[in-house]
Amino acid sequence: MLALALQHGAEAAGHAAVAGASAAEVFGPSTAAWLLAVPLLPLAAWVLQVCFGRFLPRQGDWLPTGALAAAAVIAIWHFVKVLSVGDPDFALAEAIDLPRWKFFFSDPGLTEGLAGFTAGILYDNVSAAILAMVALVSFLIHLFSTGYMQGDSRYNLFFSNLALFSFAMLALVISDNLLFFFVFWEIMGLCSYLLIGHLAADKEKPKMSAAWASMKAFMTTRIGDICLFIGMMMMFQAFGTLSFSELYQAVESHVAGNGGEWSPWLTGAGVMMFLGAVGKSAQFPLHVWLPDAMEGPTPVSAMIHAATMVSAGVYLTARLYLMLSPTAQLIVAIVGGFTAIFAATIGITQYDIKKVLAWSTISQLGYMICAIGAGGVAAGLFHLLTHAFFKACLFLGSGSVIHGCHHEQDMRQMGGLRKKMPLTYLSMLVSTLAISGVPLFAGYYSKDTIIAKTLERSMAEGSLVWSLPFYLLVAAAAITAFYMFRLIFMTFHGKPRAHCSEHAHESPWNMTLPLLVLGAFAVLGGKVWLLDPLHAVSGGQEPWFLRLVHDPHQFVDHAGAHHAHVTAMSASLAAAAAGILFACLFYLWKRLDPARVAAAFGGVYRLVYDKYRFDELYLATAVRGTMILSAFAAWVDKTFVDGVVNNVGRVMRGLGDASAATDLHVVDGAVNFVGEATVAAGQTVRRFQTGRIQQYAYFTFAGAVVLAAVVLFRVI
Amino acid sequence: MGLSAYLTVGALLFLIGLVMVAARRNLIYVLMGLELILNAANLNLVAFNRFRPGGMEGHLDGQIGAIFVIILAAAEAAIALAIVLNVHSLFETIRPDDIDAMKD
Repeated sequence: MLALALQHGAEAAGHAAVAGASAAEVFGPSTAAWLLAVPLLPLAAWVLQVCFGRFLPRQGDWLPTGALAAAAVIAIWHFVKVLSVGDPDFALAEAIDLPRWKFFFSDPGLTEGLAGFTAGILYDNVSAAILAMVALVSFLIHLFSTGYMQGDSRYNLFFSNLALFSFAMLALVISDNLLFFFVFWEIMGLCSYLLIGHLAADKEKPKMSAAWASMKAFMTTRIGDICLFIGMMMMFQAFGTLSFSELYQAVESHVAGNGGEWSPWLTGAGVMMFLGAVGKSAQFPLHVWLPDAMEGPTPVSAMIHAATMVSAGVYLTARLYLMLSPTAQLIVAIVGGFTAIFAATIGITQYDIKKVLAWSTISQLGYMICAIGAGGVAAGLFHLLTHAFFKACLFLGSGSVIHGCHHEQDMRQMGGLRKKMPLTYLSMLVSTLAISGVPLFAGYYSKDTIIAKTLERSMAEGSLVWSLPFYLLVAAAAITAFYMFRLIFMTFHGKPRAHCSEHAHESPWNMTLPLLVLGAFAVLGGKVWLLDPLHAVSGGQEPWFLRLVHDPHQFVDHAGAHHAHVTAMSASLAAAAAGILFACLFYLWKRLDPARVAAAFGGVYRLVYDKYRFDELYLATAVRGTMILSAFAAWVDKTFVDGVVNNVGRVMRGLGDASAATDLHVVDGAVNFVGEATVAAGQTVRRFQTGRIQQYAYFTFAGAVVLAAVVLFRVI
Repeated sequence: MGLSAYLTVGALLFLIGLVMVAARRNLIYVLMGLELILNAANLNLVAFNRFRPGGMEGHLDGQIGAIFVIILAAAEAAIALAIVLNVHSLFETIRPDDIDAMKD
């Protein structure tokens, strides 16, 4: 995807293309099948797990875990192939024939224009790296879950949901068009909902807060998803395609045809699609769901809400980069930069070990988003990769701690766990060093590059607003180092502060092994001096990922880039050092008392501790507004819609009454009258029938007399 | 003696018979009244035939009619007396006023 505009960047920065075997030789004709197997194996595992999981030994946990292991092996195997090609312009579709599937909306005869579209596999350096990362991290977290989730009442369903999630994420990474991307994106949203709410449906003790959290996450991300869909439809309306590569070309030619000017609606469409990433990656102002998502089991937090799903938003933003106008890029960068520092400040004040990590995740995602907005696509994706490893490690480490402390999550109850849980301590310490940006650890390289990219962009743009991201990120780096070491010191150092931490124990092998593997990646993920295959070939000084993936645009020349890099490195090192130093002063050496500092800041501290009261704000505005709107709608429904129905009913009833009255009085009246008249006539006439024949004789004679009179005197 | 004398007698007979039919409290007398009425009619028939314009030569219509009525009256008297007997055995009376079972 980045290949299109990549050439400029590569030449401008003076990167020498790394020599390697040609892609067509390395990738055989069965590559497509192998790549499809990566998402389809977890899908198959999901189907089997849903249908038969309950009846299998160990409730079938080995099925998704095994599928993910196989997927990880395939993904890594192909990633190694990509590394051996070592071409920054590598795109599998250009090297070999990949199958493409054609879809039609209605009429198969129509193949032009809007009638249909094709979907295929997108496999380039970016997707290769992320696919391998996702598959590996997912496998490790499945493995961890086999230990952590022991005894859960819905153990089999947990694994089936994890497998479905893995399928969606893996398929998303290799989707070459926005529509399929969106489909998998939504499946992940569903899995996130199911897994956050996993404990809410626990058979022994349902956790209501988890139910609320899952609903909150689902509704909040839904806002972003709707925006993404609107943006997608705007692009489709304009260009008639949703394929990434075709969209890049269409946008490029549209902008070129417009005299190099970006139309405002393109900016709008870009921002709309980015809002999808804002929801999924928990960026300000849709960040509120992620901390609450920690109600889910810890492996879920690690996989979905730290390592993979939330980075789908970053991945989306990276794929969107070439469709973003400079204005949209600025918006992306500012949103990311603001989120980075905003979330970091909240991270300082939290006591729940998982909440600290959640805010840290939001902050780190802000870094990635900010980098991509500033043009550092490679830097953002690099951080996505390294962050996935060390954040997954931190979360699983916190899971191990929580498991060891009998499900205590409050750091004030912990302390001194270093000796009781040495493997957990080691891996978490390594990951903390990585996230804090300590040299030689993975996070240092990626974070350093991000900060350098924001500085480059601010140098190139020269405006005040473009210089904001750099300062925000450096400040956030210091805060990150501070709160992460606060977490380590509070949890592992000092003396146990409560019963639970005194009796903590190290977790079993299936929990510590993933920790150690992830910890190893946290050390080696950035720059592997001994194991880096590209380094041996090229002898370059850059981290492997930046040689593999190049930014689409270079904003400054080589000297400028060097200057920016040195400045950014110094700034981020100073920030990390300051952060760690203060953390030591507060929590290790106890020279400063955090309680007194908190008291000194009083109101500000409480505001930050309450997460700037955004939850309350949204409750008072968005949620309340929706409630009021729905109450209004209900009122309209009751008053007008029901009113119409009721009035129609009333009128009908009146008509019925009238009809009944007519029936009763007119129709029945006529019938009754005839009857009554007959009866009355009979009553009258019956008096003549006395039964006395002599009387009859009178009448007869009288009649005869009358007749005679009539005849004789012609009366009539 | 002209026709009117016969007719006067016939009318008197008829009236007597009519009063007997209407007013007597004994079915036997009622029947007798009926006989009188029939005979009043017979007298008229015979008288009208006798005083027929153009003489009664070759014309006996009235007399024959009278003989028919007498035959009928005999038959009627037989049946009527039988009915009276049955009425008497059924109602234990032959007062016409007491026999009103035909009312309903």
